[in-house]
Amino acid sequence: MSDWGMQKAALGERLTGGRQHATGKVVAIPNLLAFLKAVIRSGDRVCLEGDNQKQADILAVALANLDPRDVHDLHMVQSGVVLPAHLDIFEKGIARRLDFSYSGPQSARIARMLFGGKIELGAVHTYLELFARYFIDLTPNVALIAAVSADKDGNLYTGPNTEDTPTVVEATSYKNGFVVAQVTEIVDKVPRVDIPGDLVHFVVEANRPFYVEPLFTRDPAAITETQILTAMLAIKGIYAPYGVRRLNHGIGFNTAAIELLLPTYGEKLGLKGKVCTHFALNPHPTMIPAIEAGWVEQIHCFGSEVGMEDYVAARSDVFFTGPDGSLRSNRAFCQTAGLYACDMFIGSTLQIDLEGHSSTVMTSRIAGFGGAPNMGSDPRGRRHPSEPWLKAGAEADPDCNAALRRGRKLVVQIGETFGERNTPLFVERLDALDLAQELKLDLAPVMVYSDDVTHIVTEEGIANLLMCRSKDEREQAIRGVAGYTEIGRARDANLVEQLRQRGVIQRPEDLGIDPLDADRNLLAARSIKDLMLASGGLYRPPSRFRNW
Amino acid sequence: MEKLSFRLSAPKRAGGTRTQAIVGVVASGNLEVLLERASPADTCTIDIATAANGFGAVWDAVVRDFVARRSAGGLRISINDGGARPDTVALRLAQGVRKIEEPER
Repeated sequence: MSDWGMQKAALGERLTGGRQHATGKVVAIPNLLAFLKAVIRSGDRVCLEGDNQKQADILAVALANLDPRDVHDLHMVQSGVVLPAHLDIFEKGIARRLDFSYSGPQSARIARMLFGGKIELGAVHTYLELFARYFIDLTPNVALIAAVSADKDGNLYTGPNTEDTPTVVEATSYKNGFVVAQVTEIVDKVPRVDIPGDLVHFVVEANRPFYVEPLFTRDPAAITETQILTAMLAIKGIYAPYGVRRLNHGIGFNTAAIELLLPTYGEKLGLKGKVCTHFALNPHPTMIPAIEAGWVEQIHCFGSEVGMEDYVAARSDVFFTGPDGSLRSNRAFCQTAGLYACDMFIGSTLQIDLEGHSSTVMTSRIAGFGGAPNMGSDPRGRRHPSEPWLKAGAEADPDCNAALRRGRKLVVQIGETFGERNTPLFVERLDALDLAQELKLDLAPVMVYSDDVTHIVTEEGIANLLMCRSKDEREQAIRGVAGYTEIGRARDANLVEQLRQRGVIQRPEDLGIDPLDADRNLLAARSIKDLMLASGGLYRPPSRFRNW
Repeated sequence: MEKLSFRLSAPKRAGGTRTQAIVGVVASGNLEVLLERASPADTCTIDIATAANGFGAVWDAVVRDFVARRSAGGLRISINDGGARPDTVALRLAQGVRKIEEPER
């Protein structure tokens, strides 16, 4: 019983070891490797900050350059496995076990390494789920994080991409863990304190910005007429009748089309002020025309987007900003907002099966989840009513006593019946099942479960799954909007027609929409340049999107 | 390159008086559709040259739906396809009929 305080003692040893290679709190780049060797122990649980946008890239490369004879068997607990170095750490035998959320660009390599036994997988999480485990059973011993600037006391300024940092630091530092930050520069006074210095043990001056990726930029020039048609269907067939004011949009061209139709088509339908007033959303450039037209009251952000900094700072009536003027994002809070305070999630997917399960897993890739399954799920702990939530609940269970009836979150999957290279959106069996079998996973990586999805929108129409009363009806409702895919062509035409009579399936003509009106001229901006002009020059697109 | 031909009986005759119309472009994932008033009024013929092989059953379904739903009688339609998706094909066919039915200036 005399051994209380062991964690504090271990932290003390790390601090003593670290100070040998630092001046005050500052570690110079040439000393970084020796520093990491002195502070990281084999078997440590390590959070290497890899967010959606912001990457602790210098710390990642340094970690991968350690000698596995010195440091091995690390357990990595990080939301994004995005950089090659994140997997080099496993390739070299420095780390063994992995718990993560998202692996976008590394999805093929991570699958190979899982299959080859180089990585021992804990689980693939949603963001909020992994953050929750940071406070219960996956608390990091060491966090290697990224920020824009620091002062000599370790106070950190993250700039607009605060993202996961407060959550990671909270879990690590308050549980006797060790926190090291990579910063672009060390300054006398930070523009605002995003992370208090007494939670940060050391800082590494990188002398260059951390790696950041424009993940949320969709070029309006690439939006097709079919995507415009699906957007018109969603606006008139779902946003309008449910009166959806609080929502989250996934990434993709279908939702980008919706954003660009609000000030044109949405205006014509008289929906301004009635839908799309509050968002949990990254600052999508395609939101600029709707914001400028006065549609949007408020947006809380998971992270920022490259090029949107000045625009966001100039629109603090809409966005959350700090005393320095720049965006304050926070992934954990925004995910919570998306889960509990939004009435709808709408996003694209890659595969939908006959029950309505959807997955973005394609053969031999394990891309992870990110936040979509959290946004795209019905929160059973919700208790506050709203018009869309009550209406959806009533459609699902019309005979229940209204005062005892749960509402339902609208979870909408939107897409064209055929994707890139004529790949069908609708399938008999998800590729995720084969992947789970191959990798011996207990769970197939399903993005949105069948019992959470409420609507499927394709160019052929809208299927309202809330109004299906049997497994068979549900299957025919899905087949009924599956177009010319094999799944669609194998429909029971009579049953589908009956579902249409009941309004379970709605065709464009049932909603008074002529597919021939789906024209690119409806888009409030038809190019990145249009977006820049709509922002009054405040949006500064990254060079790869500048083609003029 | 695959060639497909359909000769279908058409319930509705195409309106207007224009003799021909062309819509779309030949590009990857897109298609060009030439419509000519050169079939009997109750018939629609469709000739397809497509870059994507093995989609005969899908083409069959798309063109049958088109002829059943739109006014395609009297038209000879030639399609030069760059691997367009069925939704794009259906849209271009509908746009083609709208164009040949437009009043002449």
